[in-house]
Amino acid sequence: MNFELTQEQQLLKDMVRDFAQNEIAPKAREIDETGEFPIDTFKKMGELGLLGIPFSEEYGGSGGDTVSYSLAVEEIGRACGSTGLSYAAAVSLGASPLYYFGTEEQKQKYLVPLASGEALGSFGLTEPNAGSDAGGTQTKAVLDGDEYVINGEKCWITNAGFAKTVIVTAVTGKDARGKNIISAFIVPTDTPGFTINSNYDKMGVRGSNTSELILEDVRVPKENLLGDPEKGFKQFLYTLDGGRISIASLAVGIAQSAFDAALAYSKERKQFSQPISNFQAIQFKLADMSMEIELARNMVLKAAWLKDQGKKFTKEGAYAKLFASEMATRVCNQAIQIHGGYGYMKEYGVERMLRDAKLMEIGEGTSEIQRLVIARELGCGEKKKAKVNG
Amino acid sequence: MNIYVLLKRTFDTEEKIEIENGEIIDDGAEFIINPYDEYAVEEAIQIRDEHGGEVSVVTVGDEEAEKQLRTALAMGADQAYLIEDEDIENGDEYSTQELLKAFFAEKEYDLILGGNVAVDGGSGQIGPRLADQLDIVHVTSAVDITLEGNEAKVERDVEGDQEIISVSLPALITAQQGLNEPRYPSLPGIMKAKKKPLETLDLDDLDVDEEDAEGKTKTVERFLPPEKQAGRILEGEVEGQVQELVRLLKTDAKVL
Ligand SMILES: Cc1cc2nc3c(=O)[nH]c(=O)nc-3n(C[C@H](O)[C@H](O)[C@H](O)COP(=O)(O)OP(=O)(O)OC[C@H]3O[C@@H](n4cnc5c(N)ncnc54)[C@H](O)[C@@H]3O)c2cc1C
Repeated sequence: MNFELTQEQQLLKDMVRDFAQNEIAPKAREIDETGEFPIDTFKKMGELGLLGIPFSEEYGGSGGDTVSYSLAVEEIGRACGSTGLSYAAAVSLGASPLYYFGTEEQKQKYLVPLASGEALGSFGLTEPNAGSDAGGTQTKAVLDGDEYVINGEKCWITNAGFAKTVIVTAVTGKDARGKNIISAFIVPTDTPGFTINSNYDKMGVRGSNTSELILEDVRVPKENLLGDPEKGFKQFLYTLDGGRISIASLAVGIAQSAFDAALAYSKERKQFSQPISNFQAIQFKLADMSMEIELARNMVLKAAWLKDQGKKFTKEGAYAKLFASEMATRVCNQAIQIHGGYGYMKEYGVERMLRDAKLMEIGEGTSEIQRLVIARELGCGEKKKAKVNG
Repeated sequence: MNIYVLLKRTFDTEEKIEIENGEIIDDGAEFIINPYDEYAVEEAIQIRDEHGGEVSVVTVGDEEAEKQLRTALAMGADQAYLIEDEDIENGDEYSTQELLKAFFAEKEYDLILGGNVAVDGGSGQIGPRLADQLDIVHVTSAVDITLEGNEAKVERDVEGDQEIISVSLPALITAQQGLNEPRYPSLPGIMKAKKKPLETLDLDDLDVDEEDAEGKTKTVERFLPPEKQAGRILEGEVEGQVQELVRLLKTDAKVL
């Protein structure tokens, strides 16, 4: 048992913290208010190699591990939830499937620009009528000669408005039992018939780009099918397993930031002639908050470590995502409470953190779905295996 | 061009310093490269990239300082030396000077860069002391360095004014804020840093006797500056205010 980070992990964490506090945190409030995607920040993160942490050097990555990547997501999320979400989605959802399942040619052509930070990636699974129930995907891809023709609609797709390619899931047929076969396709965003709108007005993570995709007779070469044509569903379940670790790291980062603000404020704010941190009611809140953050962080890092060891991490990843996201909402909520009326004002930043944190309970598999995943890992309901997104 | 950078591991400047029984408590504190030394590392890398050569970073400290050396390697330095000073009793600026002197006796160098001052001890002595011992010229507080052939043109900050000095190499120059904007170590840089050479040297390696490097100074007491008191605003006619102020300075503050 060793809880010590390696020297590289420590250096990386320090670097990302410095960068995030100096370059990302000062813009957090503004991008929340304007909803403007911080594309310049992503250019700088690309130059530092942050968009390629968990990918090997031959594909433009940095050859880091999942633990390093989790540390980076936490530090970025600590500075800004919006930037953290787009970062996590770009790496875990946009680029990782190419790394896991792409052919050598696909990796060279599509992964290298993402890993080296020249472009952003995106992953389109959710549809207006297929959220948690990803098996209900309605987007269809039909082979026509050497091309697939894709038709359908996707909603709430992170980064798509700034992406060069989107990985889109679509039904390609039915299996022997009459169930949909779902495959993934690499679709360049400049393909004719591919419309991307970014008009959502969101509660939180407002600086993260969220887009609607409309595909009308979008044609992509046959070679753009990603991975095994029959196992598309399994593939994106694996992708989402990994993505959960990053959402959990992001939740820890947001919670840490809210806690830091609340702790500092409680020592400064005087009522009844003393700092409010002298009151046991406030102390107990702070004690619970810091404990919960640390518990979540330990779970996240354990899941990341399991993944790095090539061990199974489905259950632990779900534990981490479920606990960290619900914890972040609780912690941010209490951070506002500790700030009193000031906490309700935008100026103090903690209300933004609560709005950002809430998404962690929904994106990449809702809390309910995480519980389903865990229960399934416990062997419950083996017979009726539902296909769930998350 | 052989460039050496003197680097010290220090408290993060954002840390709150605490003293207990006359000793500074540093457990739990974050440590960083002394910010002025970071300018020196950045400048060395830029000079190397423009003029060729190698950048070596040198620190005197304990094994914990390896992390700061690795950070400098991750920024782009080529190699690092850690001179261990744990065996020296009561080490001070003199001790560091002696160790560095012994280290540089064996080295060839064109340029030695360092920070203007370390944010912990704040003595600002190491640069000038070492230059003196090596018998080379030095310039402190550089905000701009240009190399031309065997000359360095250094713009230095003199209490807000600028002074431009030309020196011939080898020279020792210390960095002031404003010299450059230090880069963040990149991810690939961090990964490469692991493979770059980092040599640890002790007193024996440098042929230095413990007694010869013993500190020359004695710390008598350590205390924190008094906490800032709330100010007072005087009211009334200006003349009255002045009289009141003079009275307070005499009787209350007792500075007149
Ligand atoms: C800001 C943002 C960014 C996003 N980014 C992406 C992206 O990049 N790519 C992408 O593909 N998707 C993305 N999504 C979509 C996200 O993954 C889905 O919103 C999520 O999976 C939930 O689906 P849904 O919204 O359709 O909810 P629904 O599935 O309709 O769920 C509604 C409620 O019912 C519950 N529920 C559903 N099924 C069950 C069940 N079997 N048992 C118990 N409870 C159940 C849910 O937990 C939830 O509480 C994003 C969403 C948001 C808001």
